[in-house]
Parts: sequence; structure tokens; C-alpha cells
Amino acid sequence: MVKSPIVGTFYAAPTVGGEPFVTVGSRVEAGQALCIIEAMKLMNEIESDVAGEVVRVFVENGQPVEYGEALFGIHPHRKK
Amino acid sequence: MFRKILIANRGEIALRILSACRELGIRTVAVYSEADRHALHVRFADEAICIGPPRSSESYLNIPQVISAAEIANVDAIHPGYGFLSENANFAEVCEASHITFIGPTPDAIRLMGEKDKAKEAMAAAGIPVIPGSAGVVPDEDSAKKIAREIGYPVMIKAAEGGGGRGMRVVHSAKELIPLFRTARTEAEQAFGSPNVYMEKLIERPRHIEFQVLGDKHGNVVHLGERECSLQRRHQKVLEESPSVAVDANTRQRLGEQVVEALKKIGYSSAGTMEFLREGSGNLYFIEMNARIQVEHPVTEMVTDVDLVKSQIRVAAGEKLTSVLPVVEFRGHAIECRINAEDPITFTPSAGKVTAFRVPGGPGIRVDTACYADAVIPPYYDSLIAKLISYGHDRAEAIVRMQRALDGFVVEGVKTTIPLHKRILADPNFVAGKFDTHFLEHMTAVETK
Repeated sequence: MVKSPIVGTFYAAPTVGGEPFVTVGSRVEAGQALCIIEAMKLMNEIESDVAGEVVRVFVENGQPVEYGEALFGIHPHRKK
Repeated sequence: MFRKILIANRGEIALRILSACRELGIRTVAVYSEADRHALHVRFADEAICIGPPRSSESYLNIPQVISAAEIANVDAIHPGYGFLSENANFAEVCEASHITFIGPTPDAIRLMGEKDKAKEAMAAAGIPVIPGSAGVVPDEDSAKKIAREIGYPVMIKAAEGGGGRGMRVVHSAKELIPLFRTARTEAEQAFGSPNVYMEKLIERPRHIEFQVLGDKHGNVVHLGERECSLQRRHQKVLEESPSVAVDANTRQRLGEQVVEALKKIGYSSAGTMEFLREGSGNLYFIEMNARIQVEHPVTEMVTDVDLVKSQIRVAAGEKLTSVLPVVEFRGHAIECRINAEDPITFTPSAGKVTAFRVPGGPGIRVDTACYADAVIPPYYDSLIAKLISYGHDRAEAIVRMQRALDGFVVEGVKTTIPLHKRILADPNFVAGKFDTHFLEHMTAVETK
């Protein structure tokens, strides 16, 4: 589970109308950007702390989020 | 008038501001830390936004989080309450820059009052009596003698860079002066790396008296009388009342007018409190100003019948004092007991789950609280769980009402200061109005023996 570390506005894509960073089914690496949270006019990239597969997106583009709000469900890859 | 206000606080003051907003028809946004998920301010606000983990430095004191919450909720003003960000000039500036009204004085006024020396200088220049003393550092022994003679013994020597009692000496007579001046300098040098000391008159048996004021954004200021706050423990107020038995009608009017004139000069534009020390002989000296609404504001509300929080919001929205407070009249007497979740003898905080909570009521009783049965008092914030306020036609009636209300106030699961208040209310010296800021020290010292 990836939770929002800050209060702000959630953006799924790096640019308005652009392709989202990730969608359900995306495979992500640890440290990969998942979304942007805008707070006080600053764009903060939120990164994944695990490698795995995105299984859920809990929020919608442009939605306000609070501290600790669930953003993504990520199913981690099993370690070899 | 504002459409929507964010309340950047928690506990009883957040609920107090919520009530004021409800009565003014303003929508409310609560912010909360993860420890306050089940707090009443979260439940009763129109919207609530979690802004961080329990530690206040990461939540209630976190300016970017609070401002972000204000922006996503699209509020037009922020009420900071007391404590937390209420006297943070930088926060007030960030609000301004974000086009959000900060419900409080201007950043400049907050900054001035935050620097105690400058505040004292500004108030002295505006005609307010301040504690007589050296204007700055005492350069040498000859000047020390001269200054001490001018202000009169006993005097206090204090380290200019210091605090906490080090480099501090009380001098009772001229023959003690030079040796004590030397030891104070040596101690200051050792403790703070600078031998600089200043000198001021020692206020013996002081009472803490403060004046409530309210200014608008059009240059008008009124005072709402005084509060007596001498019952303190380690500079924390425990019980407050209004009026003070030590302030007569002439003093109230004269000093009240001086305070109003001084604050007009600096353009003070919100609720605030001017704190004074009263020496045994009756002289009052300015010590500092609190540029915010205070914990003990209800006693003033009871004796003036003025809603200070609503008034503060209305002046912040630009209304004139003439429409907010056309007249201020005083009647009766009010007392406030701060009920803290603390051991009543050792004063150690007592966090935990409240298992029973029964609030007293009846004529002349008001309780401001955010506590309830099954609430958990988190260990991260201050220990105030309720303010019990009594009102009577005179002080005697306020006292007996407070006594019966304390007897009917039940809190189980955590220790509280209710037993301490019962002892204060039963003390013959308290009842007679004979006390100073050392009263509680003496009372609790006798008990621990």
C-alpha cells in the first residue's frame, strides 16, 4: 500500500492530459515515480518503495488527498 | 463575512472556534493528526483533513501541510487558536501570500510582541508603565550603584544573554551590590559566554494581572477589563478570575485607557492580552503581550457577555468595532479552573483512556471541553482536558458555584487536577483574595511535607 505523505492534490500524469505514470497492471521498480501530489504550488513526485505490480489505484486524477490516504495497492514481487 | 474557515488547532479551542463559526453561519474545516482521528473537532466540523502523524512538529505545526489543507478545502480564512501556529509571524505571512486571511494580528505586530525587549520598549514609548531598570546592559560598577539608587532596592541583576536563574541575583541593599554584581557577571560569563548583565526593580509578592483587548482593522481598540491569573505553577496558569480583587474601578479605567491608546499607536488589530505584574504597593508594570486568543478568555466573556471568538472573526473579516462591540459593560464575577489530565500532587501528565466523564451544569456553570467517555488522551499534546467556568453575581457566589461544580465533575481513567482546585477553593487566603504568584508553590509545598 502506498499512502500519501503530504496533503495536496493528486495527479496521475506528469502533464495535463498526458499518459499516467502507472495504471492497474503496471510493473514498477522501487524508486519509480507513481504520481504527483501538488502542495503549495509545488509538484512532489511520489515514488514506490517496492518493486511489484500495481493492483489498485484508490484515487482519481485531480482529487484532493489528505495525509496517510491510500493511493496505490502494489503487489510486491517475490524476492529470488 | 467569511464563507469557510480552517481551524488550525485541536482540543477544546478547536470546538470553541467551531461553535463561533456555526453561530456566524460559516462552514468549517478541521485539520487533525493521526492521533486525533476520533477527536470531536473532526466529528463536528463540516470537513476534516488529516495533516500528519501524531507529533505536532509534523502535523499541527507543519505550515506546508496546514496551508495545503486550506488550499484543497478552498477556505478564505484560518483561525490558529492558541499555541501551535498562533504567534508564528512567518505562518501569518504565508497565509497572506496564499490569499488566506489569518485571524489574528498582522505579522509585524506578532513579531514585535514576540521579541520581549522590543515589545517592552514600544510599550514604554507608548506611555505604558514598565518595570523600572537599566536601559540595556549595565557597563560598570559605578553605573550599577547609580542605577540601583535610582530605581530603588531591592533590585534584580539578570544575565543579558541568559535565562533559567543563572547569572541572576537579588540585591537588597547598597552594601551587597558590588559583590553580587561581580558574582552575577562571573556566572553569566561562565554560563552564557558573556558577562553582560542588566538590572531591574524586584517586584515583591507580585500578582499577575492582564487586560483583554480587541482591535479592528480601522485603527480602533477597546479593552474588556482585566483577569487575575496569579494562581500559577511554573509559569503555567491554573485558575483565573475576572475581575481581580486587586484592581479598583479607577485603576481599571485609567490603565485600560492607557492600554487602548498604546495599542492604537502600534495598530493592533485583533484579540490580544496585555500582561502586567502588580507589586504589593499597587503599581502595575507591563511584562508582555500575548498576540492571540487565550485559554482563559471565557472569564472575560462571562463578565462582559461578549463572545470574544465571534468578535475576533468579525473584525478579521473587516467589520468595525463600533458594530461588533457597541458597548462593553461589566457585571458579576467569573472563575475558571483548568482541569488537566495530571497527577494533582506531582503534576506528572496522565495520558490514557477516559472511562467515565460527567460534566456539571446548572446555573452559572460553563464547561469548555473536547473530552468524552471512552476518549483517549494522547500523550503528544498539552494536558488540558476541560475548562470549568463559574459565574456569580459576586465573587462569593462564583466560588460556591465552582465548589459544587467541582464536586459534581466526574472523570475516571486518568488523574486530573480537580482535587487541587477543590483545595484552592477551600483555602481561606484564596477566599479572602489574599494571594500572589507564589501562592500555589507554598500551598503544594505544605502538602508534600
